[in-house]
Amino acid sequence: MTDTIKPSAGPSRGRYRVMVAARTLLAIFGGYGLAAIATAFLSLTLPLDRSEAVASATLASFAIMAGAVIWVFSARSLGRAAIGLALPALCLGAGLWLALGSAGQPA
Amino acid sequence: MKQGFRQSMAWLHTWAGLVTGWVMFAVFVTGTATYYKTDISLWMRPELRAEAEYDVVRAAELGVAHLKVHAPKAMAWFIGMPQADNPLIGAYWMDTPDGEIGKALLDPATGAPTVARATKGGDFFYRFHYELQMPPAVGRWIVGLCAMTLLIALISGIVTHRRIFADFFTFRRSKSAQRGWLDAHNVTGVLALPFHLMITYTGIVSLSLMYMPWGMVSVYKGDELRFYAESGQMTTWRAAEGKPAEPAPLGPLIRRAQAEVSEPLEMVSINNPGDANATVVAVFEEPHGLAHRHPQIAFNAVTGEIVERTGPLKPAAHAYTSFVGLHEAHFAGPALRILFFLSGLMGCIAIASGLVLWTVARAPKGMVRPAFGWRLVHALNIGTILGLPVGMASFFLANRLIPVDLAARDSWEGAIFFGSWLAAALIPLARPHRQAWREMAYAAALLFLAVPLVGWATTGWRTDFLGFDAAMAALALVFVLGARKVGRYEGPRREAARATGDLARA
Repeated sequence: MTDTIKPSAGPSRGRYRVMVAARTLLAIFGGYGLAAIATAFLSLTLPLDRSEAVASATLASFAIMAGAVIWVFSARSLGRAAIGLALPALCLGAGLWLALGSAGQPA
Repeated sequence: MKQGFRQSMAWLHTWAGLVTGWVMFAVFVTGTATYYKTDISLWMRPELRAEAEYDVVRAAELGVAHLKVHAPKAMAWFIGMPQADNPLIGAYWMDTPDGEIGKALLDPATGAPTVARATKGGDFFYRFHYELQMPPAVGRWIVGLCAMTLLIALISGIVTHRRIFADFFTFRRSKSAQRGWLDAHNVTGVLALPFHLMITYTGIVSLSLMYMPWGMVSVYKGDELRFYAESGQMTTWRAAEGKPAEPAPLGPLIRRAQAEVSEPLEMVSINNPGDANATVVAVFEEPHGLAHRHPQIAFNAVTGEIVERTGPLKPAAHAYTSFVGLHEAHFAGPALRILFFLSGLMGCIAIASGLVLWTVARAPKGMVRPAFGWRLVHALNIGTILGLPVGMASFFLANRLIPVDLAARDSWEGAIFFGSWLAAALIPLARPHRQAWREMAYAAALLFLAVPLVGWATTGWRTDFLGFDAAMAALALVFVLGARKVGRYEGPRREAARATGDLARA
């Protein structure tokens, strides 16, 4: 069974509301979290001067968040939406961990 | 049951637009007014007359003299130069990096605090635009969250809009109420769509390092001021030495800086004033171009030697500052400024018509009592769309009617702005829907018409206020036309409403 965001499609009004609330929370906090991790990762790894990398990554961060939010509300189910955010966040988080570990050491 | 991408985007557009609409309407209205911030400030300080040119060296010295007495322990002083559109010396000081900025406005002729009435002027709307007159940290996050939601509403609106090009030329005025509102929403939304997208994204970028500091934090790790210096936006902060020293005279430093930069001097800042390691920074106006970038030259305040100059911006920093510059439109001359202003107005109308469309599409049929949610949206719609203009007109009237020597009169102006807005939002609750719209629109028209009249009666007729007066009269006319339109409206035509597309009700 999939949980669509259409009131008439769900079995009950209450369930529809819970699904909307869950997607909204996932969009806000998940979308922001993914964008934040991506911004930090890109700022450390883009092959530019560090101030340039920070400026580029910060400029792009809101497009990343917008894309994440659109994804959360268009995914077929809440689970798919969450996985779609978690996978890139995990990959970027691992990259960020490596980048933070190697920062300060000679390249 | 599967749902298409477009349906889910239509749903997202409707609800993202609704929950964010009221705040963003207020943000758009006050932001649009801010394109004429200096004109509003001039009108609100009728005691002042602008001169064509000012002696900037003398202005800087007068500012320093004032700050030496009133802010001797500050970590930094900032002296804004008087200009033709802002004929006052701005003396600002900062005691701690996160503390409040102190402010005094000085007469450029005498250096004494200005005799002009105490008012926040156009800065009131400017600050409201991104802080809602709340504590900065709270207001900025609320505006940022709403702006991000609006960005989502814009993107999902574009996806929803399957016939974007055809609807560009479609305005079915007479077909049905809902169709008309939908077309008004589409026309104003689509016609100025590049502006809406640009202004929303660049607005978020303007405060991006507050909203999304994680790139800067992970790279600069506690030394974030370095980012601004390395990207060429400002000179480096030089720490105090802790020993006092007599500074070199300011005049020669300013003249040497002016010899290097062709733009007018905008501000002089003195970091760690009185210290042996004090710095004087000459900040110039933006050179021709989009970027929000002010050339800076830093001097050792004691020896007078140049210690640093901001270099040219690198590409990403240039893009970044151009985003901010596009939002603020400092580069825009009179013609382009009108275009920005009109685009901003279209944004206001797009948001307002979207909000009204939500209620029209869900209007209760026949004698059914509307649900609480519908009545709430309806009340918030009228309270925002007409309440805010009523508040703004009252704010201008208060500027002329509150006694000049009243204590804290600038706070009273703000109190009247919010008080009349609140009244304009509450009164309609006691009235039937259609009368409420019509009466409040006439009230707004009357108040806007009263602004130039009260202005003439209290401070006399002035040619340099002609533009402001004309704008107030034009706004009054817009509200009269709106009120008449509501008066002729014949109530929901159910047949037509039922036949209209899925967008409005999705």
